[in-house]
Amino acid sequence: MKMHRCLLLSILLVPVATMAQAKISDDVVRIGVLTDMTGYYSDIAGPGSVLAVQMAVADFGGKMLGKPIEVISADHQNKADIASNTARKWFDENKVDVIVDLVSSSTAGAVMPVANEKKKITLLSGPATTAFTGERCTAYNVHYTYNNWSTANGTGNAVVKQGGDTWFFVTADYVFGKSLEADAAAVVTSLGGKVLGSARHPSPGNTDFSSFLLQAQASGAKIIGMANAGGDTINTVKQAKEFGITPKQSLAGLLVFISEVHALGLATARGLYLTEAFYWDLNDDTRKWSRRFQDHPDNKKKAMPTMVQAGLYSAVTHYLNAMKAVGTDDSDAVIAKMKATPVNDFFAQNTVIGPDGLHRHDMYLFQVKTPEESKYPWDYYKVVKKIPAAEAFPTVEMQKCPLVKK
Amino acid sequence: MIQALFGQLLLGLINGSFYALLSLGLAIIFGLLNIVNFAHGALYMVGAFAAWLMLDLLGVGYWPALLLSPLLVGLFGAFIERTMLRRLYALDNIYGLLLTFGLTLILEGLFHHQYGNSGKSYPVPEALQGGANLGFMFLPLYRAWVVVISLLVCFASWWVIERTKLGSYLRAGTENPRLLQAFGINVPLLFTLTYAFGVALAAFAGVMAAPIYQVTPQMGSHLIIVVFAVVVIGGMGSILGSIVTGVGLGLLEGLTKFIYPPASATVVFVVMALVLLFRPAGLFGREA
Repeated sequence: MKMHRCLLLSILLVPVATMAQAKISDDVVRIGVLTDMTGYYSDIAGPGSVLAVQMAVADFGGKMLGKPIEVISADHQNKADIASNTARKWFDENKVDVIVDLVSSSTAGAVMPVANEKKKITLLSGPATTAFTGERCTAYNVHYTYNNWSTANGTGNAVVKQGGDTWFFVTADYVFGKSLEADAAAVVTSLGGKVLGSARHPSPGNTDFSSFLLQAQASGAKIIGMANAGGDTINTVKQAKEFGITPKQSLAGLLVFISEVHALGLATARGLYLTEAFYWDLNDDTRKWSRRFQDHPDNKKKAMPTMVQAGLYSAVTHYLNAMKAVGTDDSDAVIAKMKATPVNDFFAQNTVIGPDGLHRHDMYLFQVKTPEESKYPWDYYKVVKKIPAAEAFPTVEMQKCPLVKK
Repeated sequence: MIQALFGQLLLGLINGSFYALLSLGLAIIFGLLNIVNFAHGALYMVGAFAAWLMLDLLGVGYWPALLLSPLLVGLFGAFIERTMLRRLYALDNIYGLLLTFGLTLILEGLFHHQYGNSGKSYPVPEALQGGANLGFMFLPLYRAWVVVISLLVCFASWWVIERTKLGSYLRAGTENPRLLQAFGINVPLLFTLTYAFGVALAAFAGVMAAPIYQVTPQMGSHLIIVVFAVVVIGGMGSILGSIVTGVGLGLLEGLTKFIYPPASATVVFVVMALVLLFRPAGLFGREA
């Protein structure tokens, strides 16, 4: 009798056992958030990115096929060597399955080859270099939220069409800045405008933009394109106002985040054109999620999410859904499923990750409101134009990712 | 072409006077107390934040902040000196450097934790807004003010130290504190006041900087390296040296930005390396 019962029980348990065994290696799904926690980009990504990932995991249920999902994080300090060493350690010793965020192109560029070598996925939300899904693409990389091409084209297009046909660039002197300048210059010249010159400034660590702005002023260009980001952009905008550059010349923000507009204040940032992938106040769905983010007990500064943080939530949710659907954490299967399944949430509706890894979705051209137009906290943007996905990003053919078979 | 050169030189002069103001405090502290005050940049940042906090929380504007912020930060400096630095005078000055470096990390960390990285915006005071079109460039009124005040404060400090009785006590205290104490002068108090004064100068520079640069926890660490180079080149103990060198290097940086911009960040250090090779005591320094 007892033996029969045991046998019966064990037969019943077999499917349960095999289900629990469903190919989650190391019995845990570990997500590594590698971001800038303390430096120039820490308000754009940083602790907010970690929070976004934690929210995504919690909303997913905290478990994948019976195994726990863990989130770990580290500060890459915008240094490529720290990023690649941390990535190696995470993959080799800490059984990390996927590395996400990687704000700052130099760190993303350093980690992507490491992940590729180890056949692990990287989800980029934050770095901007267009070539990450172009000539530098890898099989296991997804570039999710935005890239230089999308922000440069959105803003560049609109500004040139409004009459801003001569440009001078103030550019951060590293891979990201130069890529952004190149993308923007291409837009300007393709629409018949002229690039009168550019001034490269050291970055990060440079606080005084007066001499570069002086050169921009001397060039007589109608538009001064800011091919920089974070603290650099903030100081450039501030000092441009100080040197009387506006209103004779206009500033075009080629990569500006809501956190920077918040830091500058509307009095200084008013009228600035910028292109972003997300704004908390776009519609009811974005508002609902953003308020949850803002009111979360771990959000110490009660800041509204930036597009990097919102995009990261969406990316990680999509990753987890894909893993659940294929029943394994094998990178090839998961990334194939991610590319085969459309994304549908508050961040993007019915969008697709291309074979090159680029997530093509709608972008929005915004203009910063004046202080009088702003009616409540964080009421910073007016929507000028919604740029549909097909126009907002370079096509697969334009990207020329070597992995995409022609 | 010439116009662009003049523009860059004028900017160089503005930056140079700013470097002079910052390096002055550092030179005073090292010259008189033999402490390498690595916290100088962090205290400059605290001065700027104090001005911002006064505006944000109490509505106290720029002009009172110019006096109040250095006063408050100076008091904080006196506290640091009394409780911590005092114990290190007898030791090698590497210990002073390590302590003040640690202070820097703590201060920057605290402010970063509270205020994040994008920093806070501080407006240019109304009386100093706008500027003059000089033909070759637009000179913001505020930047002209920075030059004038920086140079005034620098020369006033130099004059106090080199030409007044109080200054002579300070200089005597460095050479032979025991003897000075024997004359009845309260030497420990003198030292505390000196450190507080040097720190107050840093905070003063911070308030001056707040309307130009975004007030961030990192703002001090950007400048401190250049300021150290200025003091080393000028001569670690020389007040006049740091003023002249600060202005001179600002001009040199401006010139480099005109001729070959990528070198502008490093030209200061090239000069420092050369000076250390040929005149280790610095251009105006006395032999250690």
